[in-house]
Amino acid sequence: MKVWVNNKEVETAAVSLASLVEDLSLPAQGIAVAVENRMVPRTQWADYALSEGMRVVVVKAACGG
Amino acid sequence: MEKLVIAGREFSSRLFLGTGKFDSNALMAKAIEASGTEMVTVAMKRVELEDKEDDLLTHVVRPGIQLLPNTSGVRNAEEAVFAAQMAREAFGTNWLKLEIHPDPRYLLPDSTETLKATEELVKLGFVVLPYCQADPTLCKHLEEAGAATVMPLGAPIGTNKGLQTRDFLRIIIEQANVPVVVDAGIGAPSHAAEAMEMGASACLVNTAIAVAGDPVAMAAAFKQAVEAGRTAYEAGLGLQAENMVAEASSPLTAFLNE
Repeated sequence: MKVWVNNKEVETAAVSLASLVEDLSLPAQGIAVAVENRMVPRTQWADYALSEGMRVVVVKAACGG
Repeated sequence: MEKLVIAGREFSSRLFLGTGKFDSNALMAKAIEASGTEMVTVAMKRVELEDKEDDLLTHVVRPGIQLLPNTSGVRNAEEAVFAAQMAREAFGTNWLKLEIHPDPRYLLPDSTETLKATEELVKLGFVVLPYCQADPTLCKHLEEAGAATVMPLGAPIGTNKGLQTRDFLRIIIEQANVPVVVDAGIGAPSHAAEAMEMGASACLVNTAIAVAGDPVAMAAAFKQAVEAGRTAYEAGLGLQAENMVAEASSPLTAFLNE
């Protein structure tokens, strides 16, 4: 299915957020994931089902004051 | 030097460091070490999927350092709450530098939204350190809303202009029941020392260290300045004379030609 990750269209075989994170080779720590602008705690990633066209945002640390 | 206590946590260092504008992460890590800081700010950005750049956190996370995620990039309280939740999830800390600056030109904090966000974030269990205008009334409102500190600006962020707001900072410090951290505008160790002599609890410095010719040496200079300023404050400064009349510190006995 196709989902949007940080405004990029991604074709994935993943069915859950947890498998999407794995599929994209994202680090397990130091990131946060939101779906449709709502943060999804990592404890819920495994049970969070992906759906066609879902908009996912993944953030990590950046330099800043 | 007395320890600084914020939300029940003790800090030996009263210098907070930002991680922006350094030439490299390695240089930043050395500056962090030289500064002796125990509080380091980080921002957040969207992950680029193909980009495998090295992870900033590996250069920042050290025993004894409190990570202070900021909400840079948000324009209102609602976005700030979202950013805060993302930060807490990503970095495993409920400490937060709240900064809401909708205007990208001057990056001046939006007082109304900052107060609103502070109220909400405190209810959600965050330790909120709001970056704010040097407005004594606002600072009291932030304190009443449960802010762990107030972080008024000395001058517009990144300008290195020093304590342009010094009169207001004095009032804020006099009235505050939470630590006052001077954030933004501190461009030289002397500015930091001045803030500390006035009774500020800490200084947050980024640009002045990051863009210095030798950021590691400058970090060490700021460490000394903050310690000197604080020590002077605790020692109790002599009063400054209002008039220009000299008062000698040596006896003026005219022993040569009497």
